[in-house]
Amino acid sequence: MSLIRYQSPDLAAWPSFDRWITLRGDLNTLFELPFWSNFGRQSQLFSGWSPALDLYQNNDDVIALVELSGMRKEDIEISLHDGTLTISGERKSGTPDGAAERTERYVGKFRRSITLPTRVDASKVSATYRDGILTVTLPKAEEAKPKQIQVDAG
Amino acid sequence: MNTLVRQNDSDSLQKEQFVAPSASVLEEGDGYVLQVEMPGVNKEGLEISIENNELTIIGRRSLPTVEGTLIHHESRRENYRRTFELDPSINSDKISAKVDHGVVTLTLPKAEHVRPRKISVS
Repeated sequence: MSLIRYQSPDLAAWPSFDRWITLRGDLNTLFELPFWSNFGRQSQLFSGWSPALDLYQNNDDVIALVELSGMRKEDIEISLHDGTLTISGERKSGTPDGAAERTERYVGKFRRSITLPTRVDASKVSATYRDGILTVTLPKAEEAKPKQIQVDAG
Repeated sequence: MNTLVRQNDSDSLQKEQFVAPSASVLEEGDGYVLQVEMPGVNKEGLEISIENNELTIIGRRSLPTVEGTLIHHESRRENYRRTFELDPSINSDKISAKVDHGVVTLTLPKAEHVRPRKISVS
């Protein structure tokens, strides 16, 4: 009796044709990130879970979007240390032990760190968790915001 | 090579691209519980349908709009789709679904036991 039939993803795990342009960018950053952050998600080589993280910035804030479905707010930990943002926590299985189960979903502890591009004001960091996406807003420290510098006519 | 890439691009623009989400199934007494992981998907983006014992789930993401430049990108842009083949013992009329924090949970009750019946010969 088969309930689940394995279905390979519609897209290959490696970047496909229309992402040639970003491939070079991906390779450039590959060596800057911790080794497991890009590989751990796309293959089953590593048994850990590395949630996908997108980073945006504008003049005032640095914003991180993390894909973290099926969590409870209280099981997510966000910490900031020395310019590095760390998201960690534990995903608990909602099922009673011993229930017959086949799962592809990761259950257990995870940890994800990323170095922020500029200094942020730690006292003003806020986060929301909605529809499985964690949004962390980190306002930039005053001295890190871009400023106009006047050029005096000499 | 240039035209090859261009052709691929126009093809992919017309067809919507999907990625298969992770799922887990557990058996619970008189039915199954199927959990599909689709971060960024809420009730509005979900499309669940059944045809001939095949259950198809499509989840379209609605990400928070962020004002700013993207400086680091790991998430997939595609929406989610996956098809499951259901065991015939599942009562497809009574399937229910709910979504919470990006996880779609489907409850698939088994059909009630059909008693063996005698077939009379005319």
